[in-house]
Amino acid sequence: MTELALPQIDRTTVSKKSLIVSQLKKFTNEENVLSENEEIKPYETDGLAAYKQTPLAVVLPENTKEVSEILKFCNEENIKVIPRGAGTGLSGGALPLQDAILLGLGKFNKILEIDFDNKCVVTQPGVTNLGITHAVQHKGYYYAPDPSSQLACSIGGNVAENSGGVHSLKYGTTTNNILGVEMVMMDGTITRIGGKTLDQEGYDLLGLVCGSEGLLGVITEVTVKILRKPQSVRAALIGFPTVEDGGNCVSDIISSGIVPAGMEMMDKALIDATDKFSKAGYPKDAEVLMIVELDGTKSEVDGLLDKVSEIAKQNNSNSMKLSNNEKERLAFWSGRKAAFPACGAMAPDYYCMDGSIPRGKLSLILKEINQLSKKYNLAVANAFHAGDGNLHPLIMFDGSDKEQLRKTEEFGAEILKACVKHGGALTGEHGVGIEKRELMCEAFNNDDIQQQLNIKKSLDEKNLLNPGKVYPILRKCAEEGRVHVHRGEEKFPDLPRF
Amino acid sequence: MSTEEKKNSQISLDSEILSPSTEKEVSEIVREIYSKKLPIEITGTGTKKVFGYNLQTAKKLSLSQLSGIIDYQKEELYIKVKAGTPIEDIEKILEENNQELAFEPIDFGYMINGQSNKGTIGGYVACNFAGSRRFKVGSVRDHILGFKGVNGKGDIIKSGGTVVKNVTGYDLSKLISGSFGTLVVLTEITLKVSPKKQSQITVIVYSDEIKKISNLFDKILSSSNEVSAATFIPEEPSHKNYEHTKNKIFKFNDLDQEGSFLAFRIEGDKRSIDERLKELKIELDLSNFKSSILDVHQSIPFWKKVNNLELFSGTKNNVLRAVMPPAKCEAFSKFLNKNYKYYIDWCGSLFWIEVLDKDDEKINKIKNFIVENSGYLTIIKKSENFDFQDTLFTIDNTRLMISKKIKESFDPKKLFNPGRMYREL
Repeated sequence: MTELALPQIDRTTVSKKSLIVSQLKKFTNEENVLSENEEIKPYETDGLAAYKQTPLAVVLPENTKEVSEILKFCNEENIKVIPRGAGTGLSGGALPLQDAILLGLGKFNKILEIDFDNKCVVTQPGVTNLGITHAVQHKGYYYAPDPSSQLACSIGGNVAENSGGVHSLKYGTTTNNILGVEMVMMDGTITRIGGKTLDQEGYDLLGLVCGSEGLLGVITEVTVKILRKPQSVRAALIGFPTVEDGGNCVSDIISSGIVPAGMEMMDKALIDATDKFSKAGYPKDAEVLMIVELDGTKSEVDGLLDKVSEIAKQNNSNSMKLSNNEKERLAFWSGRKAAFPACGAMAPDYYCMDGSIPRGKLSLILKEINQLSKKYNLAVANAFHAGDGNLHPLIMFDGSDKEQLRKTEEFGAEILKACVKHGGALTGEHGVGIEKRELMCEAFNNDDIQQQLNIKKSLDEKNLLNPGKVYPILRKCAEEGRVHVHRGEEKFPDLPRF
Repeated sequence: MSTEEKKNSQISLDSEILSPSTEKEVSEIVREIYSKKLPIEITGTGTKKVFGYNLQTAKKLSLSQLSGIIDYQKEELYIKVKAGTPIEDIEKILEENNQELAFEPIDFGYMINGQSNKGTIGGYVACNFAGSRRFKVGSVRDHILGFKGVNGKGDIIKSGGTVVKNVTGYDLSKLISGSFGTLVVLTEITLKVSPKKQSQITVIVYSDEIKKISNLFDKILSSSNEVSAATFIPEEPSHKNYEHTKNKIFKFNDLDQEGSFLAFRIEGDKRSIDERLKELKIELDLSNFKSSILDVHQSIPFWKKVNNLELFSGTKNNVLRAVMPPAKCEAFSKFLNKNYKYYIDWCGSLFWIEVLDKDDEKINKIKNFIVENSGYLTIIKKSENFDFQDTLFTIDNTRLMISKKIKESFDPKKLFNPGRMYREL
């Protein structure tokens, strides 16, 4: 993937750059169109920083009408468009193309309506995830999905990726927490899906758009549900002598009927790394460490915490701390929240993976990851959203060494293949983007992928919106013998092949 | 399969009802109807047949033979079943393991002919009509982890899987939920299951003042005490054509006063129920109302009756389902009150309304009110021989255009349930 295949460059578009730029300036304020190298440099990569690409131009529209006009123009002129929120995505979903306009939603940064009566907030897509909570917390409300990048990531990007977070175990991901969107289709059509009601009538277009990684439309407004903050929140910090004990404890807690607000796990390598980095005071004798957070009424939380401790003891826990106040609870989390920077301090680069597995397979996959770590001679540390089987192995490497980068990506791909083999998924919450595109054939066969491509084609006939993302370059799959050419038909003829 | 075998099989196109028993057979049938351009009506056990427009297809594809539990992983909180599996079979095995489907499947049998008939899981997913716990736990679509099915060309396709965190490709599980069988013939469904709560109680608050009721709904929605259901059952209108069944159906030892009432449910272990009740009494100012409490033995059947639309048991009239933004609850209740037989579920968001036979004008009046107030309406049951002229569902033109394109990407020859949802689809 280091030599990533991207859709063939349309030289005609590139040669018309100055004409396109002057056209774009007709749709929005001139200063919103960026075309000089130094202006567009900040946009050449997203959270998957290993890949960089300079877009043709960057346009930062200010309202829905401008977005609609820009898309309509691009559709008519066959110009590719890459939508971008805050650019924090980890799978390269907002990676620019040289012959594409990068459409940044950064100017859509206002909350439009706080509607406590209907328990929702109507917001522009560029508002940050945490910005929504900040706007409603004075009345005791919050927005539930909490991806780790919530300080910076935009709600529009959350919709595109169906972002989750630490608390999705109990409160679900973005798709379970939004009520409506306004969206512009590639041909410029503006549509409103859902609103302030629960569910919607007709096809669940909201469900389709959520997690579609910017391939079906550009989100210009989002209505999110807000929830009342729980009265009491407490956490347990539990260490286990073996990975198996920790894994079994996760399964036992879930099957006992307890639904914790969050249940996180870290392996030995990460405990050591974070302890050096954040001085969280984590136990040194634990092979895995678990943070279980419970919320609800006070007596309920106290009761559940007792039950959790009991289950942990039955699974041979060798250390346990229960938070007695907010300060202690936050201290438990401080190490976990420092996990990524801690890895950053241990090696020049780290590569964060994101797969899902059935909870019962946690210890099994951890063993396999450790074997792979030896095979590739690359250090790895593991963080899990254990309650919903979502794992984030962090592979440490030196990006200046091309061979190490190649090995890292191969290592990562092997982890994800193992996830699928064990009944899990290629990506739990980061999205496919460009990163896992070629692995789609592990999870889906040709007919599955073809159906998805047909949907894409029905809404973006010329494949201009965020092309080259999510779906594999089919010929590669065919060469690897996983996908056969379907009854001699040409697959999605407009899709660029390499 | 030889010609003779085909002729005698359940999947021969010679018979009016095709009853495949494997996914492969479904695929073969669809390939054949695709090549012959023969539209079909897809059914399970027929319990949702009344919904939507009547179909005029010559052939029916019944999924009733495609039944059975494929894989149940209690610890992983999922169950994978064939699409024609009766809801009761799923509920039974979950009950034995102290688990449940959190979306509380509605039993539409009572409304249709006065008898319990829950139908199949495929039918539930096709409609996406969740029960009373909706505002707390999400709809049917929020509990579908993955599916397999056959598209309109006969290709077997899948989406999702068995894990809760999965963003691999488009989330088609959501799209097919509520698509009324117009996109795929479902063959396999993986459902998220939930642990059952230890116990429950229901608090009955007697009042017929709409303003007070909607204020109570709002306070319940704003509370962090995790109320898991809230309904308002008003006194029925005096009109003789509405059957007066409320007092017969909601007859419980501790529901001891006639007239309109609001009911809400608290679930959990005994300690947390007690604690929440104490706090809710203060939050809702319950000392200002007459109230009573149904214990667990009364509470469970009470919510079954609410969920199963027993108020409309065997009705000959039209039944409408409207979903409103919660803050419109008061205005809409005032609009309906004393004129219609209705009740409110989902803590002020969901309205079930009975409208007298053959009354286009009234239905349109209700529809206009709903649309003007940002809600939506589905005509669930039409009275016999009543051909409602306007569309049974509410949708705007742009979404209809998008829906048509999506329909075409799954079922290009419009073979599945043609015209069931919208005449154009």
